[in-house]
Amino acid sequence: MAKRLDLKDVDIYYGKFHAVDSVSLAVPPRSVTAFIGPSGCGKSTVLRTLNRMHEVIPGARVDGEILLDGENIYGPSVDPVSVRRTIGMVFQRPNPFPTMSIRDNVVAGLKLQGRKGKKELDEVAERALRGANLWNEVKDRLAKPGGGLSGGQQQRLCIARAIAVQPDVLLMDEPCSALDPISTLAIEDLISELKADYTIVIVTHNMQQAARVSDQTAFFNLRATGEPGRLVEIDDTPKMFSNPTEQATEDYISGRFG
Amino acid sequence: MSTTIDLDKAATAPTFTGISAGRKARNSLATVLMTLAFLVALVPLVWVIWTVVSQGIAAIVSSTWWSQSLNGLLARQEGGGAYHAIVGTLLQGLVCAIIATPIGIMVAIYLVEYGAGTRLARATTFMVDILTGVPSIVAALFVYAVWISIFGLPRSAFAVSLALVLLMLPVVVRSTEEMLRIVPDDLREASYALGVPKWKTIVKVVIPTALSGMLTGIVLALARVMGETAPVLILVAYAPYINFDIFGGNMASLPLMMTVERSNPTDAGADRLWGAAITLILIITIFQLLAAFLSKVTAPKTK
Repeated sequence: MAKRLDLKDVDIYYGKFHAVDSVSLAVPPRSVTAFIGPSGCGKSTVLRTLNRMHEVIPGARVDGEILLDGENIYGPSVDPVSVRRTIGMVFQRPNPFPTMSIRDNVVAGLKLQGRKGKKELDEVAERALRGANLWNEVKDRLAKPGGGLSGGQQQRLCIARAIAVQPDVLLMDEPCSALDPISTLAIEDLISELKADYTIVIVTHNMQQAARVSDQTAFFNLRATGEPGRLVEIDDTPKMFSNPTEQATEDYISGRFG
Repeated sequence: MSTTIDLDKAATAPTFTGISAGRKARNSLATVLMTLAFLVALVPLVWVIWTVVSQGIAAIVSSTWWSQSLNGLLARQEGGGAYHAIVGTLLQGLVCAIIATPIGIMVAIYLVEYGAGTRLARATTFMVDILTGVPSIVAALFVYAVWISIFGLPRSAFAVSLALVLLMLPVVVRSTEEMLRIVPDDLREASYALGVPKWKTIVKVVIPTALSGMLTGIVLALARVMGETAPVLILVAYAPYINFDIFGGNMASLPLMMTVERSNPTDAGADRLWGAAITLILIITIFQLLAAFLSKVTAPKTK
């Protein structure tokens, strides 16, 4: 079910503002691709265009092609809702639905899409929670509200919710930036396990994290303030962190940025 | 013994100082002023409640007050009850709520979820603001002009409900709008990212999250319009008997019963006037308690 993503000359605009300039890259299936770069360089913006979430912001638009196994997700007859069913997303801050129980949070996607019976949903909930390494911690309180969990548990609940709809690709927008080191480790372990079944793209500010979890790393940067963000370099993670081609990448990674 | 050295005494001046006399004085002055303001605000409140309760308690503890109308009783005759007026107030309020609540909620959803920033949304907000400031007598006369003068329909309890809708609608729109706005965008995005369409996100995620506050706003708006007097004076005639027909005939309500009994100079009239007043206050209090209860029950929980 994991599929590959190809970006071809993707330009992103907010109204008249040119946010990201001509990004081309390939994300192979069953791998982790990390986006790194300074704040405001457009990495989260690129991530949000991968499942058309940026369209929530009025005036946002994309030029170029984003292909999922060869099919353009911006095709004229493509429903953004169906794109988001295929390409799931985990956000920076854990955001479980406050009115729903732990179980209902996990199956929210399937339930709100209006499919499947209660028994099947229970099975999906268990499978997704096991997949997110949360089952043992919450199996005795599935009917309790999701808001009562700790931050790290809430984030794993959000990952369980995202994988419960069985997407082909999982996008993660700084999923550990609001978590303590132990919860971060739990999420990173989980990412390594999920790689077996999903194509994962993760945005992170933590370069050790990028080095630990990703197979390939993409470095984004701005030429100058007010200029659009651009992709500087993408390569296998070990090479990016030891011997990058571009001087800018080496400066950023070694902390000699700016 | 005489050469004891005080070991507890600090060798250098302390870093921290005590609260200065000036600050203490300003603090006391502010405390006194605020306590006085509170007491001044409390005086009319307690006075009103005391007057209403002391004058009206005799009427409402009578066994017939909650179960009988005033049908067939003479003005000076003691006895009877306010059942006809209670039924009228609740019926008119209920019909008003049934019309105003769905319209108000849908307008608020449009303003927050769909129309944000558009010209139509700005115009709607502007008109809702104007409607908020419309006095109840103007709403009543407007309904009279349209419903009775133009359409030629009779005065009825339904006409009263329509006037109450004009008064309740802007309050419902405003309070629902506020509640929908404080639902974090994170939740909407989380729902979209699961492949849930926008309308279903609103129905299943946004409204349940805001429900607690929305219900409070609606019940409080209803409690407020149930005490309105101008619409009942203009749009329906008083009846001392029970009438359940909102489209025809005269119908009493508690504010209307009060204005009618005010012109009754006998002791029986005074009892009924104050009894109706305390009954109206009680009903509105019950609605407010109901709002608090609903808000607590429907609030998102973390335990």
